[in-house]
Amino acid sequence: MATALAKAADGVQAVEHAARIEHVSKSFAGPAGQQLVLDDITLDVAPGEFVTLLGASGCGKSTLLNLVAGLDEPTAGSITTDGRPALMFQEHALFPWLTAGKNIELALKLRGVPKNERHGRAEELLELVRLKGAYGKRVHELSGGMRQRVALARALAQESKLLLMDEPFAALDAITRDVLHDELTRIWSETQLSVLFVTHNVREAVRLAQRVILLSSRPGRIAREWRVDIPQPRRIEDAAVAELSVEITEELRGEIRRHGQH
Amino acid sequence: MASTDSPAARDGVKDGAKHSNDLAGLEAGLDALESVQTGRTPFRETLVKKILPPLLAIALVLVVWQALISFKIVDDPTKLPSPSDVWGEIEDAWLQGTLLGYIWTSVSRGLFGFLLALAIGTPLGLLVARVRFVRAAIGPILSGLQSLPSVAWVPPAVIWLGLEPEMMYAVILLGAVPSIANGLVSGVDQVPPLFLRAGRTLGATGLRGAWYIVMPAALPGYVAGMKQGWAFSWRSLMAAEIIASSPELGVGLGQLLENGRNTSSMSMVFLAILLILIVGIAIDLLIFSPLERRVLRSRGLLVKS
Repeated sequence: MATALAKAADGVQAVEHAARIEHVSKSFAGPAGQQLVLDDITLDVAPGEFVTLLGASGCGKSTLLNLVAGLDEPTAGSITTDGRPALMFQEHALFPWLTAGKNIELALKLRGVPKNERHGRAEELLELVRLKGAYGKRVHELSGGMRQRVALARALAQESKLLLMDEPFAALDAITRDVLHDELTRIWSETQLSVLFVTHNVREAVRLAQRVILLSSRPGRIAREWRVDIPQPRRIEDAAVAELSVEITEELRGEIRRHGQH
Repeated sequence: MASTDSPAARDGVKDGAKHSNDLAGLEAGLDALESVQTGRTPFRETLVKKILPPLLAIALVLVVWQALISFKIVDDPTKLPSPSDVWGEIEDAWLQGTLLGYIWTSVSRGLFGFLLALAIGTPLGLLVARVRFVRAAIGPILSGLQSLPSVAWVPPAVIWLGLEPEMMYAVILLGAVPSIANGLVSGVDQVPPLFLRAGRTLGATGLRGAWYIVMPAALPGYVAGMKQGWAFSWRSLMAAEIIASSPELGVGLGQLLENGRNTSSMSMVFLAILLILIVGIAIDLLIFSPLERRVLRSRGLLVKS
């Protein structure tokens, strides 16, 4: 798989990437002057690739995602994406004044999909996340897992080449999270989507990704990167997943320990 | 699942039909277990919990009132008429065909004035909420105006506009516009930033963001402002009608009250007060409360009590 991926990344020129992050730094004005949050991040996401960004608090992983989403500007460096990326948050961020179906239709409408196609397309997307029949449901009538699936369907409605996910399953219970991991892997493998997934959960990162990138904290730098060759669909309990998770966790702990030494 | 034209990177994904079915079943089970059942309360429960208590309270007031008369605790019809006197007054007005006329004169003024206030208060509220300079300039005045009793506007309104209907509308506007605008401002302020970010990633920026995200998200605050705006419209109108009566203005409920005072007819005064109260409550119960409940229920914000 690693070679196939390298081929995908090398074979085609500069345009062929879902996201290209080049020497990106970001600092915010803090109480102690300018505070560097991200330091010289360079990272490509190939078309169809699933990458997780892993790090402890303060590594700026959410900041990086916001930059890629275009919600904020980098202090230095450049970010190019193939079209506007879709973004999923830890909270479902569904609009409570609309039904599940209408939430999806709003995304279609804002993308310029003609009115007569929207309803059918929304139903299709709901079916893709296995929520057939939830079209008329209000957000508060859905469970946490269902809400995140509707949010996923809404993100997919944007037909972006790149889906950014900011710890989207962190607030869910373990069983629901496992199921959504399976769903996400299934949908990712059925579509041409590239995913950049932020998490602080090592096993989740290994469960999902083809490539795990570890960020150091304060400022966030790329510390190390792993290719995950375990075949999908994986399970979070798989021995291979656990084995790699142990290795990555050790590295992550090392990164965290460095901060206690000053 | 992994079709031939999908990127080579996906070859690792095994086609597991069984796995997929298992997953669907598991998911359906989770969905069924975790979905919230929402339903409407049965009518009987509404009757016992919502309708009966206020009716009992009214009955109690009537009993106490009648007792004050019967036991001659207050023995002066010019101070306190008996319930039956007031009822007689209602009957007389009804038989003369004037009762609905009084009510309609005031209600039509009140509602028209309210709609006018809505038309002015809405854009004003949006400006204050969205334009920083406007907010700094008139925001505090707007919220301060809410605590100014609208009766204070009656004398200047009479001087500026004379004893004309315009005078009444001016008083209503000065009372209701700040409420409506402030409601909208607080509604917009309370829009969760997450919705704005989500909207921006979906492509709702600028005016489209205002229309598709900010306005609907601010609706609960706006409706609360409307509700208060109606209460202020009605109060302002009554203040204007009581103070500034003139034959050209016709007899609304406020004038009825003032006429009662002038003719020392306490039962007419009571009739007028009752009607003012009932109309104010009725409009709220018939229009604004259902509207508010609908907005809140559809968002799951209505807490069952």
